[in-house]
Amino acid sequence: MAAIAPQTLEEKPVAVESQSKSITLRISKFNPKTESNRNFVDFTIPYKKWTTVLDAILVVKENFDHSVGVRYSCRQSSCGSCGMKINGKPALACYTKISELNSNTITVEPMDNFPIIRDLVVSFERMFSAHKKLKPYIISEDSEITKDTKEFLQTPEDVEKYLQFSNCIKCGLCNSACPTMATDSSFIGPQALAQAYRYVADNRDKGKNDRLKIIDDSHGIWRCHFAGSCSKVCPKGVDPAMAIQLLRGYLLGFRK
Amino acid sequence: MEKQTNREGIKGWLNPTRYGIERFAYWLMRLTGLGLLAYFVAHIIETSTIVDGKDAWDKMLELTQTTEGHIILALVIGMSVFHTVNGIRVMLGQGGIGVGKPGRPDYPYNKPASLNNKHKLCIYASIGLAALAMLYGLQVMFGV
Repeated sequence: MAAIAPQTLEEKPVAVESQSKSITLRISKFNPKTESNRNFVDFTIPYKKWTTVLDAILVVKENFDHSVGVRYSCRQSSCGSCGMKINGKPALACYTKISELNSNTITVEPMDNFPIIRDLVVSFERMFSAHKKLKPYIISEDSEITKDTKEFLQTPEDVEKYLQFSNCIKCGLCNSACPTMATDSSFIGPQALAQAYRYVADNRDKGKNDRLKIIDDSHGIWRCHFAGSCSKVCPKGVDPAMAIQLLRGYLLGFRK
Repeated sequence: MEKQTNREGIKGWLNPTRYGIERFAYWLMRLTGLGLLAYFVAHIIETSTIVDGKDAWDKMLELTQTTEGHIILALVIGMSVFHTVNGIRVMLGQGGIGVGKPGRPDYPYNKPASLNNKHKLCIYASIGLAALAMLYGLQVMFGV
């Protein structure tokens, strides 16, 4: 080991340097308050095997154009802030490695079906209000903290009924990929519908009928045509398409 | 205003290649639905010529016996078969049948249970059956 170590130290920087390649990063720049058209600005960025699209955008901000508008926070696909369209498909910039895109040009745009605030940043106002409308909390008369009551016991099987749907980080990728969201401005959207199922499937919750009443609307659950694109782009395995079809089972009387 | 909402609009439907075979099936379902609607309208116009007498009716029938008429009818056969078989798949899925069971998702979360092989197989079968029905229709109409 001791004999190998100095050689590795000397050779490693050379080896890493030779693996470094570059790509053209095309960033959509648009300020709806002052501009009428979207422009694309190209930057040549070096990257390595693990460089993410977010890393590349931050290189642009640090070295070329500080004004690029981008929202990010955790950089580990937990906060859902950096959703954007990468080479035509919605994805999290921090979760998308440049080396996996197999393209010399990477185009980043704001997500479709969300109003643009600036450059790559979109407004989540409508998605959050749809989410809130579906009462995303346990509705129950009983409380774990009331005197003389016990904790709500759930079996592992009970938990598995809703666990994957509680993984939602509200990144909006599903709403951006949904073909119904593309044309129906009043559609509740796969994000909120999946969250409705998350609480309906939870055996501690007593708000099933309230939620079913909200989604049983002309712009509600019936607008989903099971294209499955929401599940395809979800970075957390939530599978909104499954949640929506299972939720529909309650309204059709297949599930109780 | 369109820029403000940033909605993808109808062009979101027009590109079926980005999200796998399920999105392609969605696109084909829409396309065949519109095609069948156009056929039903044309069919009503065609059959309504009977009120103008036998000559008008025979003239209209001759149109369906041309090469173009046969190709259009073969397309109608294909559209009907795909729309029916894929429609049954979608209806079953929308009732929660064959969409998988909720479970603990595992990293890298790229295999959603609802987009499973059963559905993929049904989509390929719908396309295959539509192609076979079209070929059979062409064989009967052209008498090859």
